[in-house]
Amino acid sequence: MKFWINGVEKEIDALPGEMLSDLLRTRLGMTGTKIGCGEAECGACTVLIDDAPILSCVYPASRAAGRRIITIEGLAQDGHLHPLQEAFVQYGALQCGFCMPGQIMTAAALLKKNPNPGEMEIRAALKDTLCRCAGYPTIIQAVQAAAKTMSTGQPIPPLGLEESESTNAVGHIQPRPDSLEKVTGAARFADDLQFPGMLVGRVLRAGVPHAILKRLDIQAAIDSAGVVVVLVAEDIPGERNHGLVIRDWPILVGVGEKVRYVGDAVALIAAETPEDAERALSLIEMEFDALPVVVDPVSANEASAEKVHDGGNLLKHIEVRKGDVDTGFEGADISVEGVFNTPPNDHVFLEPECSIAVPSEDGGMEIYVGSQIPYADREQVARSLGLPDEHVRVIGTPIGGGFGGKEDIAGQIHAALLAKACDRPVKILFNRQESLLVHPKRHATQIRIRIGARQDGMLTAVETELFGDTGAYASLGEKVMTRATTHSTGPYNIPHVRADCFAMYTNNPPAGAFRGFGVTQSCFAVESLMDELAHTLAIDPVELRRKNALQVGHVTNTGQLLGESVGLLECIDRVEAELRRFSPEDNPFENKIVSGYPNRRRAWGIAAAFKNTGLGGGAPDKASAEVELYLDGTAQVRTSSADMGQGLLTVLQLIAAEELTLPPDKVRVLLSDTGLTPDGGPTTASRQTYVTGNAVRYASATVIQAVRSTLAERFDVPPATIKFIEGLAHVDGQQIELAEIIEIMKAAGQEPKALYEYWAPETHPLGTGGDMHFAYSFAVQAAEIEVDLNTGEVQVLRVIAANDVGRVINPLGLRGQIEGGVMMGLGNALIEEFIVEGGYVFTDRMARYRIPSIVQAPEIIPIVVEHPTSEGPYGAKGVGEVSSIPTTPAITNAIYNACGIRVRSLPVDQDWLALELAKVGGANHE
Amino acid sequence: MALWKKYLQPSTVEDALVALGVEPDRSAVVAGGTDLLLDLQQGRHSAVNTLVDVTQIPEMTAIQKQDDFLHIGATVPLNEIIRDVRVQKHAQGLTEACGLIGGTQIRNVATLGGNVGHALPAGDGTIALISMRAEAQLASAEGRRWVPIETLFEGPGRPSFDRSREILVAFRVLLSGEGEGSAFKRVMRPQGVAIAILNMGIWLRRGSSGKVEEIQIAVGPAGPQPLRAVKAEAVLRGQSFDSGNIQSAVQQLLQEVTLRTSPHRSTKAYREHILPTLFERTITEAWERAASR
Repeated sequence: MKFWINGVEKEIDALPGEMLSDLLRTRLGMTGTKIGCGEAECGACTVLIDDAPILSCVYPASRAAGRRIITIEGLAQDGHLHPLQEAFVQYGALQCGFCMPGQIMTAAALLKKNPNPGEMEIRAALKDTLCRCAGYPTIIQAVQAAAKTMSTGQPIPPLGLEESESTNAVGHIQPRPDSLEKVTGAARFADDLQFPGMLVGRVLRAGVPHAILKRLDIQAAIDSAGVVVVLVAEDIPGERNHGLVIRDWPILVGVGEKVRYVGDAVALIAAETPEDAERALSLIEMEFDALPVVVDPVSANEASAEKVHDGGNLLKHIEVRKGDVDTGFEGADISVEGVFNTPPNDHVFLEPECSIAVPSEDGGMEIYVGSQIPYADREQVARSLGLPDEHVRVIGTPIGGGFGGKEDIAGQIHAALLAKACDRPVKILFNRQESLLVHPKRHATQIRIRIGARQDGMLTAVETELFGDTGAYASLGEKVMTRATTHSTGPYNIPHVRADCFAMYTNNPPAGAFRGFGVTQSCFAVESLMDELAHTLAIDPVELRRKNALQVGHVTNTGQLLGESVGLLECIDRVEAELRRFSPEDNPFENKIVSGYPNRRRAWGIAAAFKNTGLGGGAPDKASAEVELYLDGTAQVRTSSADMGQGLLTVLQLIAAEELTLPPDKVRVLLSDTGLTPDGGPTTASRQTYVTGNAVRYASATVIQAVRSTLAERFDVPPATIKFIEGLAHVDGQQIELAEIIEIMKAAGQEPKALYEYWAPETHPLGTGGDMHFAYSFAVQAAEIEVDLNTGEVQVLRVIAANDVGRVINPLGLRGQIEGGVMMGLGNALIEEFIVEGGYVFTDRMARYRIPSIVQAPEIIPIVVEHPTSEGPYGAKGVGEVSSIPTTPAITNAIYNACGIRVRSLPVDQDWLALELAKVGGANHE
Repeated sequence: MALWKKYLQPSTVEDALVALGVEPDRSAVVAGGTDLLLDLQQGRHSAVNTLVDVTQIPEMTAIQKQDDFLHIGATVPLNEIIRDVRVQKHAQGLTEACGLIGGTQIRNVATLGGNVGHALPAGDGTIALISMRAEAQLASAEGRRWVPIETLFEGPGRPSFDRSREILVAFRVLLSGEGEGSAFKRVMRPQGVAIAILNMGIWLRRGSSGKVEEIQIAVGPAGPQPLRAVKAEAVLRGQSFDSGNIQSAVQQLLQEVTLRTSPHRSTKAYREHILPTLFERTITEAWERAASR
């Protein structure tokens, strides 16, 4: 058949069963078009056919005959970016960038038909083009800006974000350094890479939640066409388990061993083609002796419960004690109590897990993967292969979203085992179903909480009891649930606290890190109950929080004296001021009838949160970074830390530029390569801006110091008289270029580079008092929602989001984190529920596990509060998580204010809500 | 292992029928494919040797007025239906229903023929067509026939016609006259599969002096097949449009439908609870539209 791609005529016949996306990606090597789901849900694969956007993953290639196809690679004309591409770059509308081809192609089709679309039209057009980083408001702005540019011919109008005046680079608007690749489709994610002779790796999953593997027959698979190797547990040369904290997760379950969840791996196949691998997979026979299934953390704690692990089902009992709660409750005038439930959630990063293992000539192994912790991958792969760590090199590919879901091992070890056995490169790409089944989720929790207060609203005691479902394996469960527990009493100054948490093993998919790290769940509980307390005491909910808010000089429930950087009160004040702007006359927390819709009610709700920056709890928290100057006047920053869309590339670029006095564009950042970059530590716990940011800052300062001493010696001037301006050294009236400086240094036997290992301030384990964390970020959000009293449908209209981030480093990235955080919180409140029934996953496709789309995006009003932390780079602390945490209770509190129904279980079920409303006869307080 | 071996794109209905007839049990007609291809991929549809693509057949992709009818080809992409001013004028409820299906990309390929052929009890396009009292043209080797659309369904996912031997060619609805109007509404939930919890299409003609002269009501999922609520229609037909009569119709409608609990989608109680609201909102919309003509 004949067709045109990006104006070029092609003559290629479609293969049987071939979708257009396969033709583009596999046979034409046009990997700009992405596959996020393969089930017509996410929109990442959008291309234009005769100017109409279609999903190429469900479009038979044969249909392309005679058509004109435009892909992301063909949007830029004659080397000029399409205005949409320009606007997305300049506005920071891309974060991880994986969805960008879909967003931009869909928007391009809209602008072709409608050169001046309104906001509603943009939302309608992009309805099914999902962005999990969820900078939806910015995407809308970028589309509008591009439309304007296309109609006026003027450049993209500036964004108008506030920039820092006291610094040259830090705090200034700087597009992501990888923006260009990501808006043109040139960026190569792991699945976009090809290696000569590469095989397809597949994993056979147990498919049963709890059982002993009795028999495994792989012979038919071995004999099947195109199969190169089939591996089982006995074939693992090194360690048989992996795990980030506890090595309890079998790489492969062997015969006679135990399956603990449906996603457990039983056998590995490497084959020539996906079809060969698929066929062979279906030929392996498994037999199991079924065991009783442990389905939830509460029943897991019962004495009669089946044991998931030999040591029992309790992963960890976590205790927080401050003062004496009995005394506290005695001193209370009233107390309120509630039990709250949260489901597991999936990250649904739009790039499914993909690992490629390539054997190296020296007997080692290279792993190409988008990972949040490259050095942990290296160690775990090396142990399984029985190799020293240095023989494994993990090379980071761009990460199409992580959110905590790319910290544990996914396919890295399996790909390495197969590649080692075949001595050929092997790629393991999860399809969406496998991704949903296998990787760790957000912990499901049950949280009981009791708050005691005086009549004036001052808290006297808080008691909490949490059960966390960590699923089949530990992953980061203990740490997640510790964070849930220490944050379970909210960002408040409370004299008496008792919190107990039981992190339990079950036969559900493992639970681990997910943005918010346990605090998302406990914040929902405590902030819901704080709202109940406000209603019970008839105190304004803002006032109640203000009265009890943590301030400098207070002691947290873990015994930490807060010495600085507590911006909570300012967050409260700023949100309240904004609320007054929207609701100047009335109480924003009282419901209003929506004009024209007598059955709808609107109201605002508010919630506050805090979240630690960094690992804390006594864990050594360090990062290494290397900074080097080059003759071409550029510098390079190297560290293994990961950018999964959150903007670390830009953060490090700006920090190095600031210290080196270079324009940011002259600073290149290389991340995530254990062969070339020193260990930046895990990209988790909102720690990278602070920890690796500091490493880069000090490495840069060390380089500048070396330059200064070299020049001082060479020109015989006091070092302090040397000034650096825009990459030039000003020495004694002369201006010296970077290249010359480097030559001088090299001549003096000095390398123009520095490696710095930064150790964050020491922290102390829970229960030992002292500083459990070196910094906390604070956030307050108010959400305005609308409830349909008849149908129970809830819509979020506006979210005011104030975040104390210490200091803004990367304004564009910060905005993306706030918008995306709010959207993820909204999903947590209203949409997302990972459903497991008796250990079997029901939500095994994106069609069943939905995530927020652009039509659900409220107006988001970001407010930045800066209470610097003295050790943080320029005062900065983390924001990635705290921006998402208070959204859910802000929404559910607003629901209560709108209709009088208290949500105690997530996500909000409109079915339940409508029937509850019917019971009380419509709106509670008309 | 491939989902299909041969992919044919005939340019006439007759050629399509011939292609289908070669190996009817191992062939399938595909239009937009947004359901069928996923069913094949996810194993809900048995593998096929041949897909007969009917999206390149001129008479199936045309919208045209003919005699007293508006004809809509079975494989006109939904986005074209939405944009078509004739459909907006004569079948506004259908325009609305098509606009609610999927997103832009899906609607650029998905078709009404696919929606009806999939035979879901709550297909949005299907429910809207039934409320319009649409007819469908089926073509087989024996020839063509027009049938009332509500006769096309046997059970959930099972049409009454033989998809391996017959092709849905087109739909037709009567051109709308004075005092006639239609509306389509549905209730969705943000979680889980994007199928309506309850949807409804109403077409009506206003008589003089505020009476409902003629009315057609379709609702889904209200039984194994998409439901035309003839008894509720009868309650209102010839009666004045007032809240008492609407309440009587609601009561009749609640008896006429068979509502069930769908796990992870809706309880029976919720469907019962929202049915009156959905009915009142839909009929009010249709009534107001009818007045404006």
